[in-house]
Amino acid sequence: MKHFFKRIWRWFDDRTGISNAIGPLLKHPVPPDAKWSYVFGSATLFCFLLQVVTGVALSLLYQPSSNDAYQSLQFITNGAKFGNVLRGIHYYGASGMIILVGVHMIRTYITASFKYPREMNWISGVVLLLCTIFMGFTGQLLRWDSNGVWSSVVAAQQLGRVPFIGTYLARLLIGGNTLGGQSLSRFFAYHVFIIPALIFIFIGFHLYLVIRNGISEPPKAGRPVDPKTYRAWYEKLLKEKGVPFWPDAGWRDVIVASVIIIIIVVLAAVFGPPALTQAPDPSAVHASPMPDWFMVPFFALFALMPHNIESVAMMLGPLLTIALLLSVPFISNKGERSPLRRPWSMFGVICVVVFVVSLLVVGMKAPWSANFRAKPLPLSAVKSAQDTMVMAGAHLFYTKGCEYCHEIEDYGGLAGPDLTYVGNRLNEREITIRIVNGSNNMPAFGGVLTKDELEKLTTFLALQKK
Amino acid sequence: MSDQQSNNTEINRKSFLVKLSLGLAGLSAALVSVPIISALLAPLLEPDKEKWRTVGTLSDFPANSTKLVTFENADPKPYAGVTAQTAAWLRRNEKNEFAAFAVNCTHLGCPVRWEDKAQLFMCPCHGGVYYKDGTVAAGPPPKPLTKYQVRISNKEVQIKTSPLHITNITA
Repeated sequence: MKHFFKRIWRWFDDRTGISNAIGPLLKHPVPPDAKWSYVFGSATLFCFLLQVVTGVALSLLYQPSSNDAYQSLQFITNGAKFGNVLRGIHYYGASGMIILVGVHMIRTYITASFKYPREMNWISGVVLLLCTIFMGFTGQLLRWDSNGVWSSVVAAQQLGRVPFIGTYLARLLIGGNTLGGQSLSRFFAYHVFIIPALIFIFIGFHLYLVIRNGISEPPKAGRPVDPKTYRAWYEKLLKEKGVPFWPDAGWRDVIVASVIIIIIVVLAAVFGPPALTQAPDPSAVHASPMPDWFMVPFFALFALMPHNIESVAMMLGPLLTIALLLSVPFISNKGERSPLRRPWSMFGVICVVVFVVSLLVVGMKAPWSANFRAKPLPLSAVKSAQDTMVMAGAHLFYTKGCEYCHEIEDYGGLAGPDLTYVGNRLNEREITIRIVNGSNNMPAFGGVLTKDELEKLTTFLALQKK
Repeated sequence: MSDQQSNNTEINRKSFLVKLSLGLAGLSAALVSVPIISALLAPLLEPDKEKWRTVGTLSDFPANSTKLVTFENADPKPYAGVTAQTAAWLRRNEKNEFAAFAVNCTHLGCPVRWEDKAQLFMCPCHGGVYYKDGTVAAGPPPKPLTKYQVRISNKEVQIKTSPLHITNITA
């Protein structure tokens, strides 16, 4: 029997030449000390393949229609066998792909692997990074709950800031001059056909370049890249010390990718996918749109950047970032590759990581937003609570919405200053002026409060001190 | 015919065939791309429809009140279902004048909510706040809430629905 299958394989291989075509690719020589830090690219690739297969599986259960998608999502999550886990894998797979694409890029930057002759490896990688981010964003829209609906409006408004053609771009994105039946069809086409096709093309190109130019050898301080001699030197290195990619180097890639996929499946089974929010009804305004974690840094940036430059920054920011990323290999394509000899580059990459992580952390808290879930102040948080004026003031503090933005003893929102000890900073008159006229980033409440209400509120606030 | 001549004829023939094949390929691609590009640009090729929609009667809206009204957008596709719905905040002020505000924050389009006790519109996304007349009170919005036209017809309050307003860079 074994003999029979061997004969079939030999016949097939003879007629197709499969092993002659793939064998040399698998066995191509790589530098011997390319070890654990070289696994992130292949791990990203395996995450992408995981996304392809789970995505195809989801498409068997999904309805790409503005009207029905939400119900099909509920069916996938609550009705279909293992549907919940399938959605979870696709979600954690997306998270994994975004993290790994970032780590892969940072590693490439730290070891300056983008230098001669691998400039195009870097550039095709930048295109793949952008595709990955766009996939993350459109994937979240396909959930088509209220979060998806409002996120697509937010994206349309961002595109609207492009000069001259902004409105047209926004309409192209949402498929019309308003949200409607055609919107989800668009997002489905972007997420399932157009961007994946680009990703397949650019992954093919990226891998072709990896084979053509060879993976970069681990850098050594004092061994600069010289474009005149590098290729000959690299070939000599491979000839003298190279090891076959499979299995000498590739076993690490397979182990890391397998462990990551197992982690993703476990996360999906234990925690499940993100919960669905309300139905995709554009007239239901009591929604609090919040993007998936990997979009939160953008979300935070839009809240925190100076408002007067915002429209320009929203357009120029992404363009400059993309231009900068694409120009990296041209700014310096020769010389030292070791991070020890490139201190400013290391400083730069640390700044970028700290910046993005800080935006993520602050975005998760979103302290600039009103806290609509604020509850009335408990007695324990009110100082001089025996006074009826004070209690009336504390009540107004809640009902008039002050508490949405101001905290007293950990109750309330974070958009405005903490007022737990406001009595130590301001007297009654100063407090009155603030409330009536508003200030920098606070609405004026002069027209909203009666004289009596204002008095109660200021009496209450002035007594809140240490 | 000398060898030279036949060689030249052969070259002319080849270069003609190359041009013919590439030209035909280009033509076939151009023909196919017309409907494809038209599908891609479909949202730009449709006219902007505007329609008056009745959202209630005069007595539904007491003076000095702000209420959420929902209605169908101007150009709903037959298969749009719930996504054909849209909403506005309809305000009738002390002088009995009506104003209808789009629910979309002018910053990035999130849905603003009316907080009646505080008499403010508040956005849940990036901290935008507006006064009852739609002017900006706090946060990042670059301009006041967008207004729809309102009219009274036979004691019915009607709103002229229009395309989703996109804030441009000049705002």
